[in-house]
Amino acid sequence: MKLPYNNKQTFPPILPDHDEWPVVKLSKHREEFVELVTREAVARIKALRPGTAELIKELEATRYKEKLRLQNEPWEVDPDDEVAFWKKVKADLMEISGKKETGGREDEILERIVRRYADEIAGHFKHSYYRLAREIVTFGFARLLNASQADNFAGLFRGKRTLRDKIRIRGYVEQLRKLAKLGTIVMVPTHFSNLDSILIGWVIHELGLPPFIYGAGLNLFNLKLFAYFMDSVGAYKVDRRKKNLIYLETLKMFSNLAIQQGCHSLFFPGGTRSRSGMIEKKLKLGLLGTAMEAQRINYEKDNGQRIFVVPVVLNYNFVLEAPSLIHQYLEREGQEKYYIDSDNYTTSYKIVKFLIKFFTKQAEISVTLGRAMDLFGNFVNDDGQSIGKLGRPIDPKGYFMQDGRIVYDKQRDEEYTRLLSQRIIEEYHKFNEVLPSHLVAFVAYLVFRKKFSNLDLFSFLRLPEDEISLEYITFMEYVKKVVDALKMYEEKERLLLAPEFEKPLEELVQTGLNNLGMYHAKRPLLRHPLGHIYTQDLSLLYYYHNRLVGYNLEQYVR
Amino acid sequence: MCAKPVGVIGAGSFGTTVANLLAQNSKVLIHTRSKELLEQMRQQHRSRNYELHPDVTPVDTLEELAASTEIIFPVVSSSGFREVMRKVAPYLYPYHRLIHGTKGLDVTLPDGYTAEDTNLPLTRSHIKTMSEVILEETAVVKVGCLAGPNLAREIADKHPAATVVASRFDSVIAEGQRLLRNDLFQVYGNKDLIGIELTGVLKNIIAIAAGALSGLGFGENAKALLISRGMVEMIHLGKALGGNTEAFIGLAGIGDLVATCSSSLSRNFTVGYRLAQGETLPQISASMQEVAEGVNTVRIMKNFAQYNGFRAPITEKLYQVLFEDLTVEEALQYLMKIPLNVDIDFL
Repeated sequence: MKLPYNNKQTFPPILPDHDEWPVVKLSKHREEFVELVTREAVARIKALRPGTAELIKELEATRYKEKLRLQNEPWEVDPDDEVAFWKKVKADLMEISGKKETGGREDEILERIVRRYADEIAGHFKHSYYRLAREIVTFGFARLLNASQADNFAGLFRGKRTLRDKIRIRGYVEQLRKLAKLGTIVMVPTHFSNLDSILIGWVIHELGLPPFIYGAGLNLFNLKLFAYFMDSVGAYKVDRRKKNLIYLETLKMFSNLAIQQGCHSLFFPGGTRSRSGMIEKKLKLGLLGTAMEAQRINYEKDNGQRIFVVPVVLNYNFVLEAPSLIHQYLEREGQEKYYIDSDNYTTSYKIVKFLIKFFTKQAEISVTLGRAMDLFGNFVNDDGQSIGKLGRPIDPKGYFMQDGRIVYDKQRDEEYTRLLSQRIIEEYHKFNEVLPSHLVAFVAYLVFRKKFSNLDLFSFLRLPEDEISLEYITFMEYVKKVVDALKMYEEKERLLLAPEFEKPLEELVQTGLNNLGMYHAKRPLLRHPLGHIYTQDLSLLYYYHNRLVGYNLEQYVR
Repeated sequence: MCAKPVGVIGAGSFGTTVANLLAQNSKVLIHTRSKELLEQMRQQHRSRNYELHPDVTPVDTLEELAASTEIIFPVVSSSGFREVMRKVAPYLYPYHRLIHGTKGLDVTLPDGYTAEDTNLPLTRSHIKTMSEVILEETAVVKVGCLAGPNLAREIADKHPAATVVASRFDSVIAEGQRLLRNDLFQVYGNKDLIGIELTGVLKNIIAIAAGALSGLGFGENAKALLISRGMVEMIHLGKALGGNTEAFIGLAGIGDLVATCSSSLSRNFTVGYRLAQGETLPQISASMQEVAEGVNTVRIMKNFAQYNGFRAPITEKLYQVLFEDLTVEEALQYLMKIPLNVDIDFL
């Protein structure tokens, strides 16, 4: 499949009037929206916990979990009155606990907690922030991009290179722009790096789309720099520490209602960054489920506003957090005690340093916009019409219908959500653009691995790196086989290839070696002047190799 | 409650039985591609040896059937299943629910191979259960299956029996139960759709072997040996295709296995029996009205096991008896010589 790039094109905003942006409307009516979320979430929770005793039990469990959280994982972003709030909840619960006549106090406590959560979740979108953040990204980083070419400071401001030269966008851009006017977009990208959210935010703006709302980890708001960006793109806050039912239902209700109100949304359905470097194999269904519910309710309402799911695949030659991610992954697999470095996103200073490196030296980043689907995994055409098997138009409303009317069936919708998640994963694989760096990592790792096939994975990864090397000629033989296979895969629309794959093999491999994890202190793969291929960090090589796992390409390196 | 009639595709012995069961709770429309059978059902209100319930109405086209129903039970042989789905697909919508009663597999042959090849490189992606075929070919998502010890003749004669309706959708199970249940027919639900489909499919292999043992004149010890070891083989094959052990120890697994291995009413059993009597497969097929699914399943599973490098001794030997020139006696001798294994190694 040859999907075109859109690098030279500029896209005018589809909604030039900012007051028309759903996210602006939402923030203008923030208080009312928080109230709406509170009301609906309270109703939902009460339906899940009918009966006074049950509800009080849930409230007590919540209070207890929150107490543990405050003790064990306090964060800087936690509000100052957090302890006092939960103390009051505790005192109030004590009064009604075990009593038959509670006078409805438990409802009041529930509402108080839900309102506090809803208020925290709702972001503080400010249009002025949005503009400034955008300026910083486009101006600031564009300057940095030119730094590598500039011979003096003034040269920084003369360069002609822009972010668009660095970030390659390909795929169904025009379709996305059209559908964003016809319905509500739920964008679901792969997740490899904390940089993803900023990158996607930039892409969305660059394509002329209004800002999307998305659930950003509350931990990111610990960092002032990220906090500023998040508040500017319509982020709402997701706190992964809070795993209690009341919080989760409030969060889902927030997303559900925002989508119903036409806010384009962004989820990272993998939940967290991929630790292994593999494309997500399993997705979190919670937030996807809110889109499903919003669609059903939209159909019940007269407007029937459609929701479109757009998978997006991001590809980097270099993931800053790769060393800590892969070590977390290996540790989780439980075979060895790894020493974990702290995550590399610890201070704003480190991020800025990274961004400078990133934008001055890193080779291209690839962003592929997949084809839009309805919530049942059917592709939709540019007019928003779902196309079923045999190319036949389908009315997706029918999925919710029984005996001629829309029926609420929680279990059915959960199953639909699960099926949707499988379709998204299929699309991730199809729209994954193979970079030259991933190719060389994949082949080299497998050839190394083959030499030590008697070792299990963890013993293998513990081998001293200087014991492992490979003749360049042998390496190239395998590269050729895999490249041939990749080209065949591309023909069959199973994946995408970066434009470098058009070039001669030598050049392709050289680009790959130059770009692969270029900023790690220890490089995953190098070519020695004496003519062999070696690694300085086998775990990292494993991480980048994982990007091509799941295609059964291993058979070509046997 | 659904006021629309329920559809049945296929008017073989089991299709007719399903239609008659459904007719006790709902109006039923039935379609078969056989013009003669349609005519017979209209004129005499019977399909071959089975009388039709008064509330079962034959319809001429799949279009008519699909347009008037929301719930359809396809009960056609696995070899024709995909084609039927393709034909009905244009008339099916996401609101339809399909609960099939076909105990066979669908194979897409790898490029350049024919069904008769002895070394087919079959992977899981080449093999589809009937629910997977429905999902591939139609817009229907709410899919389920029927499986269990349901010998058509006994149900027609109003003996008590039970079945399993499996689906990932609770609502499909509930509707299947509502539509099929009556005083003589119990319906259990199961969420493991693929597992339940596989039990029904794989037990046919063992049924052929049971028929063969019976045809050789052996008694209950031999049959018990076969059923219990056959069960182990079914579980291994089933797991390799993505099923869970649990499905095999329920009504659709062990229940159906015992019924099919004990009854001369079963087509698969009959194939085995006649093989042991010295007939060849072509001779047997020529004189049977309906397909014995097990024959095709043996072929598929033998190739699948071989290509994926695991042993399935009963299936392998049956394959040689069915398609090569091994005799039933020789196969039995071989199986009896397998070095003793652990009794239970699948739990």
